[in-house]
Amino acid sequence: MAQEQKKSSYISGKESRRISRFNRKVMRKLENERFNANKDPKLYTTTMKDPNNVVEFDNVCTYFFTDVGTVKAVDGINFEIPKCSTVGVVGESGCGKSVTSLSLMQLLQRPSGQTVGGEIRFNLGDGTAYNIVNTPNSIMEQIRGNKISMIFQEPMTSLNPVFKIGQQVDEVTELHNPGMSKEEIKARTLEMLSLVGIANREGVYNMYPHELSGGMRQRVMIAIALACSPGLIIADEPTTALDVTIQAQILDLLRDLKDKINSSIMLITHDLGVVASMADYVVVMYAGRVVEKGTADDIFHHPAHPYTIGLMKSKPVVGKKVDALYNIPGSVPNPVDMPNYCYFRDRCEMRCAECDGDYPPEIRISDTHVVSCYRFKGEGEILKYPKSVNVEELL
Amino acid sequence: MEETKKSTTTENEYLLEVNNLVKWFPIKAGFFKRTVAHVKAVDGVSFKIKRRQTMGLVGESGCGKSTCGRTILRLQDKTAGSVIFDGQDIFALSKEELRQMRPRMQIVFQDPYSSLSPRLPIGEIIGEAVREHGIVPAGEFDDYISRVMDVCGLPEYYKERYPHEFSGGQRQRICIARALALAPEFIVCDEPVSALDVSIQAQIINLLRDLQKEFGLTYLFISHDLSVVEHISDTVGVMYLGNLVEYAPTDELFANPKHPYTEALFSAIPVPDPDFKMNRIILEGSIPSPANPPAGCKFHTRCRKCMEICKHVAPTFKELSPDHFCACHLYNTAEENAAANSEMQKALAAIEAAKKPSSKD
Repeated sequence: MAQEQKKSSYISGKESRRISRFNRKVMRKLENERFNANKDPKLYTTTMKDPNNVVEFDNVCTYFFTDVGTVKAVDGINFEIPKCSTVGVVGESGCGKSVTSLSLMQLLQRPSGQTVGGEIRFNLGDGTAYNIVNTPNSIMEQIRGNKISMIFQEPMTSLNPVFKIGQQVDEVTELHNPGMSKEEIKARTLEMLSLVGIANREGVYNMYPHELSGGMRQRVMIAIALACSPGLIIADEPTTALDVTIQAQILDLLRDLKDKINSSIMLITHDLGVVASMADYVVVMYAGRVVEKGTADDIFHHPAHPYTIGLMKSKPVVGKKVDALYNIPGSVPNPVDMPNYCYFRDRCEMRCAECDGDYPPEIRISDTHVVSCYRFKGEGEILKYPKSVNVEELL
Repeated sequence: MEETKKSTTTENEYLLEVNNLVKWFPIKAGFFKRTVAHVKAVDGVSFKIKRRQTMGLVGESGCGKSTCGRTILRLQDKTAGSVIFDGQDIFALSKEELRQMRPRMQIVFQDPYSSLSPRLPIGEIIGEAVREHGIVPAGEFDDYISRVMDVCGLPEYYKERYPHEFSGGQRQRICIARALALAPEFIVCDEPVSALDVSIQAQIINLLRDLQKEFGLTYLFISHDLSVVEHISDTVGVMYLGNLVEYAPTDELFANPKHPYTEALFSAIPVPDPDFKMNRIILEGSIPSPANPPAGCKFHTRCRKCMEICKHVAPTFKELSPDHFCACHLYNTAEENAAANSEMQKALAAIEAAKKPSSKD
């Protein structure tokens, strides 16, 4: 039946009813579990593996229970964000970059979107950590915007058009610092606005979003994100909607700020050029899994996974003339019905006999460089296999 | 009709000539909807494209690239200037003549998600205009569509499917097939790859190149991605606020950019190499409003080499070296400087004169 499903997107009425029934059960069960987890702080406090990390993703699985089946948007990813560093997450659209960041902020569209397995450990700085997966909403409210903040892709749609810029920046500070007086809050806002390079800060304080250009709005978004000096800033495609010259301004600003405020940045983007100029560590994702991770030098100078190599070759680079661009054949597999072998096998030009077997494990090929590909099986220590959660067992 | 087309194609080296094209959009206000001002989207653009070549048009958003492309095809009316396509002025054609001209020039739009009708199957989307213009006899229609789809890398059985069943890259192939089905000579590609992923981008760019070789197409390739433009174009024009500021063959332009805006634009391209330390020229501020562009050179508000003269006198678009055009006062000759200076004095005098009566009030 799985074979038939692959061929066409048609689902029979019976099958469709079975999926809905299953989804209802699973979602109810998971929501109940989450509700119960809220009661006991022990269930959501853990310790970090390495106290120098801000966030550790440990085999995180985020699934969406949709009407056509379970979409495994993020399926067993492992990576760390060290303190005061920039981690770039690269991949094509639909590979799970944004879902990773939404899982970290617990902003998934519940109940259909659920983190069903793994741990996301967020360092509190005092030796303990929260496991974000089980953290109740009341505590998440203190974390969001305060300890982890987010810069979204579209500055046009993420500011509220009916409030003044000043009010929107004030709001964050006010919410997380209840003791502050109005004057202090305003002073803080003005400080933030000048920090992000807005010259006319008093003027902008009293403006509405529509009076600002795209680049200025993105600066305001960054000011909002910085308002509480968070330990981690998630920048979800911060420059995709902007022009090249404005993009250069914003990237420059982010680079400067990172040193000034001592926080880490998780930079999500599909532009390899942006990652190269910003990131210390790079994580390459494909179809919901991390295929390669390492320092920027590892990834850009010694790419190991065939997908990373293909991605590098398919981007035209100014100053390098090629006759025809390399293109990765085929397209991403259907997320509802993932194969059990390597997800990239069918598009890969370097496949070997072992690729027909299970999904490849993570292999450490140098101190910092980890890749999931059988081509390196004999060359390094095998770390672990990504573990998928069997949805049938959730019930 | 096929034969007459061919006989004209040998006449002229240039397929398209754009002379001083101007497109202003009126801003209407008040109860009577009177025109109070104009958005000067395209403000005097001239260039020529040779047959079988690709011209890239780059610039920031809002600089008038897309308006320029649409006006060339007469999808909207011009304000002034002329567009000469294969020896004929597009804007002088009657309705019927324009209809006959339409199959020869086509456009591929930016967003493949909104430019395909969700209610038509793919075969019908590609074939609609073919039937309308009678490109092939009714009996050969099906075969013809299959052939066009095959050329664009679409399997034949997609014909009965609907756009929502396809991914972004496939949809863009459908858009290209739709344009190609009319056997055009000239295609305006309005940011055809900017909505697509990197690995899919490469597929579409390669497809466009292969089609160009096979059918001898001429492209106007509008994009804000300089690396893509460098890859695909033979000549490149850089636009800023409705004007072409620089126009040159691709290799020449990328090796030797003259205009300060082009320099800044090139230095802002992110290079996928962490060791690459570039001399980034950061432009301050953002693009001014095209409704109220700055006086003199439009770029002077953000230019790092701005001189006094730039604030008052607009530079002329002139040929610096063979085929390399640029509009900047930095490259003025002595005579041109003298002429510009006298013009500046006039402008300053006019400003003084305008100030005096107001200061008395």
